[in-house]
Amino acid sequence: MAIAAPHHPAPQSGPRTAGPSAGYDHLRALEAESLHIMREVVAEFERPVMLYSIGKDSSVLLRLAQKAFYPGPIPFPLLHVDTTYKFREMIEFRDNYVKEIGARLIVHTNTEAIADGTQPFLVGTQRCCGALKTKSLLDALEAGGFDAAFGGARRDEERSRAKERIFSLRDASGQWDPKNQRPELWQLLNSRIHHGESIRVFPLSNWTEIDVWSYIHAESIPVVPLYFAREREVVVRGESLISLEQPFVPLLPGERPQRITCRMRSLGCSPCTGAVRSEADTVPKIIEELIATKNSERQLRVIDHDQDGSMELKKREGYF
Amino acid sequence: MPGLLRICTAGSVDDGKSTLIGRLLYDSRSVYEDQVHSVQKASRNRTAGPIDFSLFTDGLKAEREQGITIDVAYRYFATARRKFILADTPGHEQYTRNMATGASTADLAILLVDARNGVRVQSRRHAHIARLLGIKDYVLAVNKMDLVEFDRTVFEDVVEEFDRILPDANLHAIPLSALHGDNVITRSERTPWFEGASLLEFLETVEVERTALSRPFRLPVQLVMRPDQDFRGYAGQIVSGSVAPGDLVTVWPSGRASRVKRIVTWDGDLSIAHAGMSVTLTLEDEIDISRGDLIAIGDIEVGQRFKAEVVWMDERPLDPGRVYLMKHTTRTVTAEVDHGLVLNQIGSVTISTTRPIVFDRYAENRGTGSFILIDRSTNFTAGAGMITDPIRERSPIVTKPSAAERLARIARGAPTEAEAIAGVKKALEDLLS
Ligand SMILES: Nc1nc2c(ncn2[C@@H]2O[C@H](COP(=O)(O)OP(=O)(O)O)[C@@H](O)[C@H]2O)c(=O)[nH]1
Repeated sequence: MAIAAPHHPAPQSGPRTAGPSAGYDHLRALEAESLHIMREVVAEFERPVMLYSIGKDSSVLLRLAQKAFYPGPIPFPLLHVDTTYKFREMIEFRDNYVKEIGARLIVHTNTEAIADGTQPFLVGTQRCCGALKTKSLLDALEAGGFDAAFGGARRDEERSRAKERIFSLRDASGQWDPKNQRPELWQLLNSRIHHGESIRVFPLSNWTEIDVWSYIHAESIPVVPLYFAREREVVVRGESLISLEQPFVPLLPGERPQRITCRMRSLGCSPCTGAVRSEADTVPKIIEELIATKNSERQLRVIDHDQDGSMELKKREGYF
Repeated sequence: MPGLLRICTAGSVDDGKSTLIGRLLYDSRSVYEDQVHSVQKASRNRTAGPIDFSLFTDGLKAEREQGITIDVAYRYFATARRKFILADTPGHEQYTRNMATGASTADLAILLVDARNGVRVQSRRHAHIARLLGIKDYVLAVNKMDLVEFDRTVFEDVVEEFDRILPDANLHAIPLSALHGDNVITRSERTPWFEGASLLEFLETVEVERTALSRPFRLPVQLVMRPDQDFRGYAGQIVSGSVAPGDLVTVWPSGRASRVKRIVTWDGDLSIAHAGMSVTLTLEDEIDISRGDLIAIGDIEVGQRFKAEVVWMDERPLDPGRVYLMKHTTRTVTAEVDHGLVLNQIGSVTISTTRPIVFDRYAENRGTGSFILIDRSTNFTAGAGMITDPIRERSPIVTKPSAAERLARIARGAPTEAEAIAGVKKALEDLLS
């Protein structure tokens, strides 16, 4: 296996410090488990697809897919739900990388909603996500007739995800019912679904954010440059830094653009994804920063804070 | 052993499990500050002091409103020494199903008891399930020691009783106060009589019995890889043992033998591969192999009838008149069970399958000894099984019903006519394939 020892010095810490566990053995175990999950899906479903969000988790998923089906090609297409509010660097990265590894990409946009002027600062984040992400995703899955969709979600991301299954069952309208989920024992995944139902598959269920970065480092996996710190033009809004690289962020009264050295911890739509002040411009520095930092990555996503338990509501409706 | 440790927890309601796990996560700095803030905010409505640790582990909204957890939740924490995956199973009436789920992938179980109550019926039941699922290593967490003045004899009485319940296990007992943190992360001064490590120190250093590595080689075939005419590989995750190029292997159920030619991975060919790894094998000879076959070294059981312990997880009881789907390794067959079980019941049953399966006893091999039963009308994962013994037929013709009899039985067992037709059609296809 190509998981090499890390090049950066291991953190000098006692047993009480959170961090990557000594050595990288556990990454091999996580990788093998993810490969197993992907192969089961390809063996037992008719039309799988991979939801490709361009973020770090998607980058890891793609590498795992390359490994799972080697020496063959990735046997399913990638689906990117493009809200048109993504960062320019994300789209560039997507197009180059997908071409480089020879994957098939489907891009889907809810053009009707865009034409109607849907954007977060006009209709609010909830309605915007509903139209451009959730509805768009469900439409694209239906149009493609996909019965299994891989996603990069992890159980450590958010409290409501801790109970998510590896195979998450969705009814005919793409919705998730917490009461209708099946127990998962051993490595035995139940692939039986009724006509019209589908599953979301989460091969990274047992990975944490630090595992993802450690794997990206160990495997030299390319990621979007937005993750790395550099000076960017932003506006400080509450606790987040909102990038002004794109024209759709209106300034509020009293706000003024500033140049701040920062990076993105998770990538979403540019108006709704805050950056963090950071000097971490390499993967090892990002890992060190994560060990030292105390905030979860979703804190900076405006959308998760609409409402208590808001991720869970979105999930029920079909977003992830 | 470094790397990953998978843990499951068991305890009755109010023994303090949420508090203990919350404290482990909090003190190992595995909860984030924003989560701490939201928990502090929520704690103000309660009476549990400045931080109610149990709130870190609460999950879904509906459950939060009812104040109970009803499903297995997975938690992750890491120290400089090890990464942990903790399956948190709630201690209320669904616990059999949930605990079996959590224990199925665990290396070690934490059994929690309230020092004031000692060993109760539920504690015995938890221990029984964990043992049934094959767990050999246990932490007996005797909690709420602060409420019994950290009395050594209270602790020792509980330990003694557990030694009797789990006689052949590796049992490590720790006196704790989850609420105050005694012996959770560091050793407490209030238990000077206790010589052992704190809970976290123990978890970081325990060497669990991982038998899969020392068992004979088993690889259930997940996919046959044929990217071009020249390559034919068999992809799967090694369930046990190890394999190297040149090894003589047998492909089951056909029984054909060949030698391993290459172990192919994206990272290059390997000279040896072990249990747990996902690989692709190529063989020296052209043998007809498909998904569901098993590539193995050494003796193995092949048969259509066996005894098993089954945990029933569905509201709809197990009906011996119906036909279920049985998923075992990567093979799915139809199966009948000789008697019924109800939700959360565990029973010894005899199972007959339409096509042969290739297996080991669960006690010897978790990967090739476990299976799930799927309800064919709801598709629910209704049962979880562990094979205890093969039943070797003296003359298979005597016990096996004729094809016509079987079809009639499938038709009778189906809940609706449409399903009867579908079932018979499927069975016919199975017969003819
Ligand atoms: N005195 C004392 N109370 C505890 C201890 N651990 C938990 N508790 C309390 O026992 C109650 C039940 O705890 P909880 O963690 O919710 O139990 P669970 O139902 O097992 O998850 C709560 O009021 C806790 O504050 C302990 O070690 N000592």
